Parts: sequence; structure tokens; C-alpha cells
Amino acid sequence: MSQTPALRLHVPEPSGRPGCTTDFSYLHVSPAGAVRKPPVDTSHFDTNDLAYSLIRVLDEDGQAAGPWVPQIEPSRLRKGLRAMMKTRIFDARMLIAQRQKKLSFYMQSLGEEAIGTAHSLALQQGDMCFPTYRQQSLLLSRDDIPMVEMICQLMSNVRDPLKGRQLPVMYSYKRAGFFSISGNLATQFIQAVGWAMASAIKGDTRIASGWIGDGATAEADFHTALTFAHVYRAPVILNVVNNQWAISSFQAIAGGEATTFAARGVGCGIASLRVDGNDFLAVYAASQWAAERARNNHGPTLIEWVTYRGGPHSTSDDPSKYRPADDWKRFPLGDPIARLKQHLIGIGEWSDAQHDQAQAELEAEVLAAQKEAESYGTLLDGHIPSAAAMFDDVYKDMPEHLRMQRQQLGV
Amino acid sequence: MTMIQALRSAMDVMMARDDNVVVYGQDVGYFGGVFRVTEGLQAKYGKSRCFDAPISEGGIVGTAVGMGAYGLRPVVEIQFADYFYPASDQIVSEAARLRYRSAGDFTAPITIRMPCGGGIYGGQTHSQSPEALFTHVCGIRTVMPSNPYDAKGLLIASIENDDPVIFLEPKRLYNGPFDGHHDRPVVPWSQHALGNVPEGHYTVPLESAAVFRPGKDLTVLTYGTMVWVSECAARETGIDAEIIDLRSIWPLDLPTIVESVKKTGRCVVVHEATKTSGFGAELVSLVQEHCFYHLEAPVERVAGWDTPYPHAQEWAYFPGPTRVGAALKRTMEA
Repeated sequence: MSQTPALRLHVPEPSGRPGCTTDFSYLHVSPAGAVRKPPVDTSHFDTNDLAYSLIRVLDEDGQAAGPWVPQIEPSRLRKGLRAMMKTRIFDARMLIAQRQKKLSFYMQSLGEEAIGTAHSLALQQGDMCFPTYRQQSLLLSRDDIPMVEMICQLMSNVRDPLKGRQLPVMYSYKRAGFFSISGNLATQFIQAVGWAMASAIKGDTRIASGWIGDGATAEADFHTALTFAHVYRAPVILNVVNNQWAISSFQAIAGGEATTFAARGVGCGIASLRVDGNDFLAVYAASQWAAERARNNHGPTLIEWVTYRGGPHSTSDDPSKYRPADDWKRFPLGDPIARLKQHLIGIGEWSDAQHDQAQAELEAEVLAAQKEAESYGTLLDGHIPSAAAMFDDVYKDMPEHLRMQRQQLGV
Repeated sequence: MTMIQALRSAMDVMMARDDNVVVYGQDVGYFGGVFRVTEGLQAKYGKSRCFDAPISEGGIVGTAVGMGAYGLRPVVEIQFADYFYPASDQIVSEAARLRYRSAGDFTAPITIRMPCGGGIYGGQTHSQSPEALFTHVCGIRTVMPSNPYDAKGLLIASIENDDPVIFLEPKRLYNGPFDGHHDRPVVPWSQHALGNVPEGHYTVPLESAAVFRPGKDLTVLTYGTMVWVSECAARETGIDAEIIDLRSIWPLDLPTIVESVKKTGRCVVVHEATKTSGFGAELVSLVQEHCFYHLEAPVERVAGWDTPYPHAQEWAYFPGPTRVGAALKRTMEA
């Protein structure tokens, strides 16, 4: 008779379910300033400890500490704070518009605003991001992308730059270094590596930045991207936004239990960092480090941004069915906007009054943009792009069969 | 030139003409490809233009989509068409739809080469003809040559085309034409007129079919290796078949097809791929839609059986001249 016990299938569970409290000790949060900063030409091997600790700059009192404190002008921090606030206000407003049936669908980035905002400050004009559907902060932190146009995309109206073909939030802005978003998860992660390889093939100086969530790291393209980035030493930043949730699935079900997503990078020969994603200064510093590394031909960097998905997965989701209602409030890394605000006030570069004023201005700006976008129509009132536009751009030149089908539709 | 040399020549011409053309895939670089199609290209153009890739079809196509978005014109190889499946998501969800979903903001001017087809004792995973899995996808072009001249001209046209192109190469035709008589020695391309391939740049336009053999009795719609099998069947049955080599499978040259079927009044569709929901079904549907009142007989399909491609039973599976010939006779007698 065998002496070994019967085998059991292990299925990870989050510690917090509705009605319970999450035990966040699994995050292994390092104190602000405690984690070292290696030179940008470091080997992947020497980042092993960084993949299991957490780079943080802002402490509990909002003071910046340690080797990762970035050299950044207060004016740029104020710009970043404003962009984060704009993103949150935009999200809140679009959520209401979805509830009012002015758009069919929306996805907020509540709680993750620092990552795209600070990261974009560390990139240069001409660099290309390959975002997921939750990096709207990359666009909203720019001055050259009109909010009205973004809302027209969300409303699929006659001014929608994507001609009504795409689900809301699937933006595309080549001129802003924002690659066309696809509904298929992880596909853009390997495309970012290809874009970076192209830049290297051409002897260019531009770099790519790929984005993926914790859940989508389980897709094949995640592993493919790491392999190709390592093999060809591609000038790319591989961003894993670990917001702890993939719809209803806790990050442990994606493979995060007792390990980190940053650790995957080290295993594939890529220098890797694990960073407090709600710490604007840490996000900026780590992004800048990775960008400098890529731009100087030292190769790719993988960064796991530890954050929390503050809102529902999408307007089609109800998180109260699978996680505690007060989870975000208990998340140890707090709220990125509140933390940067506290820091700026602490260094005398911001005030509650300025904050309130900015809040009011941005609310008015978003509302005005929504009103203007609505004047061009919404899905509800039928002011949508022409049906004839449905047949364009399938191919560069319309083949005969599509011409015939367009005629059959009578448009 | 053989078809291998013709394909290599096409890439050589395009790499010389356009700095944005890059060639990569598994064993494609230093070694020159398992079928020798990229031999010498790395030595001539350097490792940044022609290089080896990890064994990852999704990675090969995914990086190509990213390179296309940057502005390059990648020509990538999947070692066997049977192994494109891991790249399905990148082909169907990304390359095919990038222009559409971004309203032209980004495009994927990529060419994906894949050796395809059977008749070589390749068994299940070295013999498949997956063209119908591509023709069903809107936004991509699917192309298959049947001889060295077309292979070079079509490949250059595919590389120059701004749409993503699936370029299927019947590996049975790499070294010489094959009419299905596996018991006879292969005649090399050097002894065939279509093996005369110009050295420089020329194109065979996409969406243009070729009347491979003019005839008046019936129309055979086919492509790839089955062009040669169909010609053999016509010769052996004495039926004056008009054989149309589609060359571009989709989008295709409908006027040439319709004109021929209206003239002959009879049609047989021939392909190696499995029958059910194969591309032949689309061809039969198009013919009945456009030529119904000219048809004298039901349109027949000769195809691979609806089974995985077997090893030992190769010649019972492969639609050879006997099976094609029988269909030609049935159609004439109907």
C-alpha cells in the first residue's frame, strides 16, 4: 500500500471575499526609500532582489526618501497631478454618461492614474506605447489630444476618428505614440517588442513601451514578448500593471501566488523592477531609469507596477459579487492622487485651495468637452458614422467583393 | 530557376530595393532556411535585415505586426503551414484588422510565407493546406503560386502590397512540377518554360488568375499543386478542360472565373485541402451565384478527404489525376 496521501488540486483564493477583509500582507511592501537603485547598465541577474521587493519614494507622510527620489521640477509634478485628476474626473463623467446610455460601454482606471501619467512624462516625443484599455492616462496627460475627440470615439458619433468601428475606449493615436487598442489581450505586448526591434534595425533613437495587466500575463504573448525582448535586446519597457484583479479573478489565479510578476522578467534574462504604482515619484523614477536603459542600448526592462483596481472592471461588472466593498480603502499603497497632493503640499508647491480650484476647472473642462462631443451625436440619437464607412479600410484599396456588398446595402 | 530559387530571388530583389524589407523566421538566417529559400540573404544583407527567430510563431508574426506599425515591411516565415496555429490570434485579430480598427492610423504591410501542401509523405503536420482558415478572415490576402515565374512575381507583389498577405508555397512544387504520378521521376523546373525566371524586378498582379490551359469543354478552378494534377487529368481523359490557376485565392479574380464558366457551362473545383468548408465551397457558391443560367451540370469538388492528412495512405488521400479525371468525366456526362 502506498504511504503517500491522495493528491489534491490547489486552486488559489483571495483572502478577502464579500463580507470579509483582505489580508494584504501578501504584497510584501518595502518601506519608502529602502530599495537600492542600480546603474542603468546593470545585468538582469543583479536585479533579482529588486524583482521581489518594492521600490517606493513617498513615505506615509508624503516625504520623498531614498535613492529613487527623481530630479523633477515641481511644475512637472503639478502637471502630473493635474493629469491624474483629469483622468479620474474624465472616468467618473464617462461612467455617468454610460449609465445615461450616451455610450454603450466604459472602463475606468480609478486608482491606477499615476502609472500612465508619470510614465508618459519619462518618455520622449516619438516613443510608442502599446497600451491596454486601461492606460487612458497616457492620452489624458497629453496636451495635444483633445478630450472632445476621445469622447467622440466613446460615443461612436460622426466625429469619431475611428468611424464607429471600435468599442468605446479602444483609442488609436499614432501621433501621440499610442498604438491602436485591441480587444484581444496581450497581443500588443509582443508587438511592442517588434516595434522596438524595428527602431533598432533602423538605427533610430526611439523606444517602445508595452503594457499588460496581471491577468493577461498568463497569455502566451506575454512569454513570447519576454523571450523576443531578451533575445534581440530590444529597446522596450515591458510594463505589467498588477492591479490585483482580472475581472473577478484574483492575481493569484494568474500565477502571482507566493511570487511576483517582476520575477518572470529576471527568469527570462530581463532587468526587472517591482514598483509602487501609486507613488507618482517612484513611477516616474523607475520609468526614467528603464527608458534611459533602453535608449542607451542596454536592453529591455520589465516593471511590475503594484497597484489596485479601485473601480469595477468595466461598466458591465459588479465587484461586490467577488471582493470586499471597502477593499481599495484598505489597500496599503493608498490613492496616487492623494499621495502626490500630500507631497506637493508638504514641499510648499501646492495647497488645498489650489487643489479645489484645479478640481473645479477640470470638472468644467470635462463637462464642456462632453457637451461639445454630444453635439456631434451619440449612439442613442443615431448620429453615427455612415454605413458606407463600414466597408473602408478593410484593405488599402477596396476589393470588388466589398464594393458589391456595399452596393447591396445601398450605401 | 526552381521555385526555391525564384522565391529567394524575389526577397533578394526586394531587400535590395527597399531598406524597410526585413526577413526572419525559424532557421531563416545563418542556415538559409530548412528549404534553402533564404540561403545567402543574411550574408548579403547582414543580420539586421535577415535573422533567425525563436521557435514562436505567435512571436514571429506579433513582432512583424509591431515592425509594420513602425514602418518596416517584414517578410516572415512559418516553417510549415501546419504550424501557423499558434500565430492565429496575431494573424486574425491583429494583422488582418489593424488598418480597419485604427481607421488607417496603423497598418500591417507584412508578408507571411508558409510552405504548404502534401504529396511528400509529410504526414499530419507537414502536409496541410489551411488556406480556407485565412480566406474566411477579412482584411488579409491569401496567395499561392504554382510555378517559379509566378512565385517570384507574386511574392514581390505581395511584399509591395500594403495589406497583410499569407503567401502559401506548395513545397511539393519547390523543385519541379508534380502531376500526382508519384511513381514517376520528378522533372526539374529547368526543363519547364515556367522555370525561366527573370533576374530582376517584375510582378504578377494580385487578384489576377491565369488561364493555365485554355479549353472549351469545362472549367477547372484550382491552385498550387493541383494545377498540375488537373492538367494531367485533362490530358489523360482527353477532356478539353480550361484550367484556371487562381494564384490569388482571396480576394480573387472573379471576372476570369465567370467568363470561363459561362463559356464552358461546366465546372470542377479541385484542391488538396479537406472538403467540408474548404475554399472549394466558396468557389462553388460563387459559380452558382454568377453562372447559374449557364451551367449544364452540377459543380463538382475534388478535395482531400475530411480526415487529418495520413502518412502511409498518402496516395489514397491526395486527389491525384485519377480522381480528378473521374470528376471531369462525370461532369461531362451529367
